[in-house]
Amino acid sequence: MPGDSLNVNVNNKATVQNTYDAIVVGSGISGGWAAKELCEKGLKTLVLERGRNVEHIKDYSGTEKNMWELAHHMKVTEEDKKNSPIQSKCYAFNEVSKKFFVNDIDNPYTQVKRFDWIRGYHVGGRSLMWGRQSYRWSDIDFEANAKDGYGVDWPVRYKDLAPWYSYVEKFAGINGSKEGLPQLPDGEFLPAMEMNCLEKHVAARIKESYNDRVMIIGRSANHTRQVGDRGPCQYRNRCHEGCPFGGYFSSNSATLPAATKTGNLTLRPYSIVLDVIYDKDKKKATGVRILDSETMKTEEYYAKVVFLNASTLGTAQILLQSVSDAFPNGLGNTSGQVGHNLMDHHYGVGAHGEFDGFADQYFYGRRPNGIYIPRFRNISEKTKRTDYVRGFGYQGGANRGKPNTADGIGVELKEQMTEPGPWNMGIAAWGEHLPDYRNKATLNKDKKDKWGLPTLDIDCEYRENEKAMRKDMIASAAEMLEKAGLKNISTFDSDPAPGFCIHEMGTARMGKDPKTSVLNGFNQMHEVKNVFITDGACMASSACQNPSLTYMALTARAVDHAVTELKKGNI
Amino acid sequence: MNRRDALSRVALLLGGTVIGGEVFLSGCTSADKKLGQSLDFTPDDIAFLDEVAETIIPRTDTPGAKDAKVGQFMTVMVKDCYDEKNQKIFLDGMTKLNDASKKKFNGNGFMKITPEQRKQLLTELDKEQKDYAKNKKKEDDTHYFSQMKQLTLLGFFTSEPGATKALRYVAVPGRFDACVPYKKGDKAWAL
Repeated sequence: MPGDSLNVNVNNKATVQNTYDAIVVGSGISGGWAAKELCEKGLKTLVLERGRNVEHIKDYSGTEKNMWELAHHMKVTEEDKKNSPIQSKCYAFNEVSKKFFVNDIDNPYTQVKRFDWIRGYHVGGRSLMWGRQSYRWSDIDFEANAKDGYGVDWPVRYKDLAPWYSYVEKFAGINGSKEGLPQLPDGEFLPAMEMNCLEKHVAARIKESYNDRVMIIGRSANHTRQVGDRGPCQYRNRCHEGCPFGGYFSSNSATLPAATKTGNLTLRPYSIVLDVIYDKDKKKATGVRILDSETMKTEEYYAKVVFLNASTLGTAQILLQSVSDAFPNGLGNTSGQVGHNLMDHHYGVGAHGEFDGFADQYFYGRRPNGIYIPRFRNISEKTKRTDYVRGFGYQGGANRGKPNTADGIGVELKEQMTEPGPWNMGIAAWGEHLPDYRNKATLNKDKKDKWGLPTLDIDCEYRENEKAMRKDMIASAAEMLEKAGLKNISTFDSDPAPGFCIHEMGTARMGKDPKTSVLNGFNQMHEVKNVFITDGACMASSACQNPSLTYMALTARAVDHAVTELKKGNI
Repeated sequence: MNRRDALSRVALLLGGTVIGGEVFLSGCTSADKKLGQSLDFTPDDIAFLDEVAETIIPRTDTPGAKDAKVGQFMTVMVKDCYDEKNQKIFLDGMTKLNDASKKKFNGNGFMKITPEQRKQLLTELDKEQKDYAKNKKKEDDTHYFSQMKQLTLLGFFTSEPGATKALRYVAVPGRFDACVPYKKGDKAWAL
């Protein structure tokens, strides 16, 4: 009948319009990489971002201002705290950068136990405000689960990732020094930043005092040399406001422009993904359903392959919402592992001291990077601990700041405050958090967000192993600073809740066995072969290194595999 | 990253606070212009805060707090960045400071006394807030003078005259030199 054929035509037209080769959900650090790689391999790619667009440089307004040109000289207001009680606690949240953090009232979740979930819902996600520390993992990390039995064995080893680390480092632009350490493999580095005089002194004293550890300059995604049209870094140290010089790697500065250049990218902001559409006959995902957060209309988009890069908890939520006859507990969740094994690094613990000396030394510029003391516990038989498994690394730095007292008033106070005080140095540990099934996020259908969508209940904590490790993290920090000759050493433990380190991972882990894991060794869902997950959700353990670089490498590798499989007709 | 900028440093120095803090509602004579009656600070309030700030950070061969309009800055910060409890402490503190001046200097309020007398008074109040802070429990109120001093230091050293004249500031350093010579008297970096 004519009517039928008309209907078919209309449907086809809509379907064709909404059909791409690939869909990427999320535009943060891993979504940006997925978009770049898919587009460069010739796939018409739709990137769905739940928040607004943020264009490189153009939308970084405020960062060009001096502090006195801002009403509160960069400080957080009571209104900020009211709108974003959780976000406003973050170190990177200030009068300029606050536009990159979510409104906590509009985006609620339930803290079954205290969990500070720091989020940026906009194009670029948290790649705009990230800490930029970039470290490779080693086989000490990839073999850890298999060796001590916590979590499931990683289906990859360092040799699988090494070429992909190189690949992403060359494009991203990571600075660092080659050190030849087994626990922290070297990469393809831009010139390293330099340690200041006290840091050099402390590094030398640590080398003299210990044979199991070193202090090196941090490795960060700031461009010490120009990378393409980005940078170089101008040493303002205002990175988390977005850099008008393109001085560091972000989706906005790097991967999304590269994807755009191919002509294959379609970016759709204001698109909250509700679920992945699954075809049980084909045993494949056919696309995703979104809610347009501006029009409140739902729409479907279709593709041959879907990459979920909505963040560790965002991706878990989408999977849990994607229920069907075939997957009543969520897409690809026959294992029951989706949402579980949530990890974050435990940190905010260390020591600080002052140094008598180098009174005739100072520095110029604001280095957006610190020092790093790579892991030295449980990396060999000799360094084995009996009180905990796994390990931690330290980040920190020396500075010559203002004096330590602000005594009196008047001319004396002014003089005191306008000259630099003594040198001081602080180091703080970042520790591994063991995968534990009990640490989890589950869907709460009763508590709805601003858009009427379900929310997450987050139930996660640091347990015995982390607590035992923290004692050593404090003690070792103080001991090292003491051996380095610092005085007035004080220790600190700010006891942050999980989430606050902003390294959440693990909710759809990789593994060899579909019964106990969600993804295979190529970040491909065991049960849905054309869905790939390469954000923090995929991680089978947390190591102690900052994880973003590993997400980048896993993403580039997964896209390569996905496109190869597509071409072979396997997915 | 535990990076200390000038702001957090000041907060660290003065962030601690003070004991005892019961608010004495001191009876001021009716002839006085009342200070700090509301968060809609009056020009008199701002002039008063400017003088307090100038006494804490006076003009020398470099600009002082008044040049940096610290009085005005304090009112913005109290209004937008203080919680209700601290707003009340600050507002009441303005009257308390003025009353302390009257008590010490024959009924003369802070605006009427000489710069030397102002310095004498605020030196005493600074000692008072420091002693109070030493014994203060976390939940105790902050001393009003601690607030005023903290806001003065913050406002001044992050102001244009404070950052660029009293301290050194380069908006876009362009490079990082890890070790450069320093000689006594060279100014500290603002950031």
